[in-house]
Amino acid sequence: MAILNLVQAINQGLQQALAEDDRVLVFGEDVAADGGVFRVTEGLYEQFGETRVFDTPLAESGIVGLAVGLAAYGLRPVAEIQFLGFTYAAIDQIYTHAARLRARSRGRYTCPLVIRTPYGGGVKAPELHEESSEAFFCHMPGIKVVVPSTPSNAKGLLLAAIADPDPVIYLEPTRLYRLLKEEVAEEAYITPLGQARIAQAGDQLTLIAWGSMVERSLKAAHNYPVEVIDLQTLSPFDRETILASVKKTGRLLIVQEAPKTGGFGAELAATVAEEGIMSLRAPILRVTGYDVVTPLPLLEDYNLPSEQRILSAIEKLLSYP
Amino acid sequence: MARETIVQFQIERLEILNPLGEVDSELLPPLSDTQLLRLYELLLLTRLADERALSLQREGRLGTFPSSLGQEAAQVGSAFALNSRDWIFPSFRELGVFLSVDYPLANYYRYWSGDERGLLCPPELNIFPINIAVGTHLLHAAGVAMGARYRSDPAVAVVYLGDGATSKGDFHEALNMAGIYRLPLVAICQNNQWAISVSRTRQTAAETLAQKALAFGIHGIQVDGNDVLAVYRATAEALERARTGGGATFIECETYRMSDHTTADDARRYRDPDEVERWRDKDPLLRMRRFLENRKLWNESNQTQLEDRLRQRLDLAVTEAEAVEAPVAEDMFRYTCHQLSSRQLEQLKECDDGHP
Ligand SMILES: Cc1ncc(C[n+]2csc(CCOP(=O)(O)OP(=O)(O)O)c2C)c(N)n1
Ligand SMILES: [Mg+2]
Repeated sequence: MAILNLVQAINQGLQQALAEDDRVLVFGEDVAADGGVFRVTEGLYEQFGETRVFDTPLAESGIVGLAVGLAAYGLRPVAEIQFLGFTYAAIDQIYTHAARLRARSRGRYTCPLVIRTPYGGGVKAPELHEESSEAFFCHMPGIKVVVPSTPSNAKGLLLAAIADPDPVIYLEPTRLYRLLKEEVAEEAYITPLGQARIAQAGDQLTLIAWGSMVERSLKAAHNYPVEVIDLQTLSPFDRETILASVKKTGRLLIVQEAPKTGGFGAELAATVAEEGIMSLRAPILRVTGYDVVTPLPLLEDYNLPSEQRILSAIEKLLSYP
Repeated sequence: MARETIVQFQIERLEILNPLGEVDSELLPPLSDTQLLRLYELLLLTRLADERALSLQREGRLGTFPSSLGQEAAQVGSAFALNSRDWIFPSFRELGVFLSVDYPLANYYRYWSGDERGLLCPPELNIFPINIAVGTHLLHAAGVAMGARYRSDPAVAVVYLGDGATSKGDFHEALNMAGIYRLPLVAICQNNQWAISVSRTRQTAAETLAQKALAFGIHGIQVDGNDVLAVYRATAEALERARTGGGATFIECETYRMSDHTTADDARRYRDPDEVERWRDKDPLLRMRRFLENRKLWNESNQTQLEDRLRQRLDLAVTEAEAVEAPVAEDMFRYTCHQLSSRQLEQLKECDDGHP
């Protein structure tokens, strides 16, 4: 086992997928000779050549549309969109086509593609480079949304996404790319989609987070009897793990960096309100980004949920008897 | 019945000033000595302001920065032809355009330090915010052009884009509309041969970018983008055409990105350093300076004096940019919408009470 950061773990996953399955193709802007702007695809072009790993023109809708055709043909496209903020141009292809090809063709054609893209704040990057708009994609039946939070689950979830028979949006938390390092198993393995991970066990409060907020929540919660659930897959999400935990703790805190209103946390809160309200001893709380246009670097720390804000919410919830 | 050629097209290329500073006097635009000197001053100002930005970035006083090195003529030559009521739709690498129309440099620096306030355009100019989502702004230029014509406003919508942007759907949609509605629009493409690591030849199989105009039924021309006089002339002609109802023009300025894509990039990973060296001889400042020297309008001591004066101006701009107090949390909310919801007001309060 080697110690890898998130970038290296994803790179290893891609490398193994390319090596094991000749249906896998990796493409996007600057993924070949440059190895991706974050170096996630480093070395793959050299190893597999330009028929398997190639640069595309600057055309996000084109990249996803191309992937739809490749996937329908029977290949396993893994497309990179350089930043989540640039998937907006591809939403037509994602929602109009990738999400519903199976339905529109009554199962004759399917769309086993993966769209990888860096997302989230805290890296002092320019406009549209720090978006956290995962909720859009969770509102698209037919699309799976996966968000790793550690090097190990990054690799396992990626391989699961590539193996999955339906389209998957795989969101890479940019802030964690080089922040977290851990031992990652050398061989190819799968971390199943749709299953959450208990990142910290606890019995007084359930805290749900995903992506880079898992790291921040663990820091805030580590001295408290808080069960931290790392969702890993947002759509479909692991209802069972959440409800079982809330049943045990009776308190729920959701931490998301996206704006509050209409965020994915709202879906989680509504689900617990519908199906687990009898076990609650306190109101459900959310610590979120604000309902503002994603700010540029000088203001971003005001917007991104801080350890302090998470901590205050934990203490507030624990004060309920 | 027959198989015959029904349409044929040609693409013009315009060059006026060669790398040795020699000029084609027939094509030389009618500019006074003062204007020629002003052009050179703007080229030099752009180069020095860019250099200063890169050093501020290295010191951590600026965020990621896209350098204009090598592209000064395409930026200055085109912007110099505009009038102050024209609308400008910049992409993200147009320092020379901002300086040519007298946009406050301190604001430009502030924007690249991560401060939205740097985008606040002074009332005497019509500059849209710097556009990060490549190519999406051409349609806004088309809309403004249509609006201006509707109001009989002589303003032209001038949009800047890169070679990479020509691959986006929005580019095609916008120029198609510009053709159909015969819009007063000028699209200035700085073909600097690279879109991060993807070369121009991997962006399109077409021989030139200029020829893309033909498909939309608008005018297209390629100019030597390192020749400030050619860029000026082509832009002035396009503006005249736009103002007199002749429709839109697409200008491909052939130039070169001498620098990394941004300060976050390392171009040695993907391009041949020899290619960069070959373009060094075509430097846009050098040839304009030689031209002015040949005409006895310029000498070494003029150069030293100008550099000193411009550097003082840069010092002032940096001081001004850095003297501004930090933005406050309220700024995030204030411009999100006209009227805040009760939830947003609550969030603002929470945000003000606490700290990042
Ligand atoms: C829609 C979109 N996709 C991707 C990016 C990331 N990106 C920023 S600049 C750039 C290349 C742009 O190339 P070009 O249009 O030639 O302009 P240049 O950088 O050469 O000035 C890319 C891919 C972006 N900003 N917007
Ligand atoms: Mg370019």
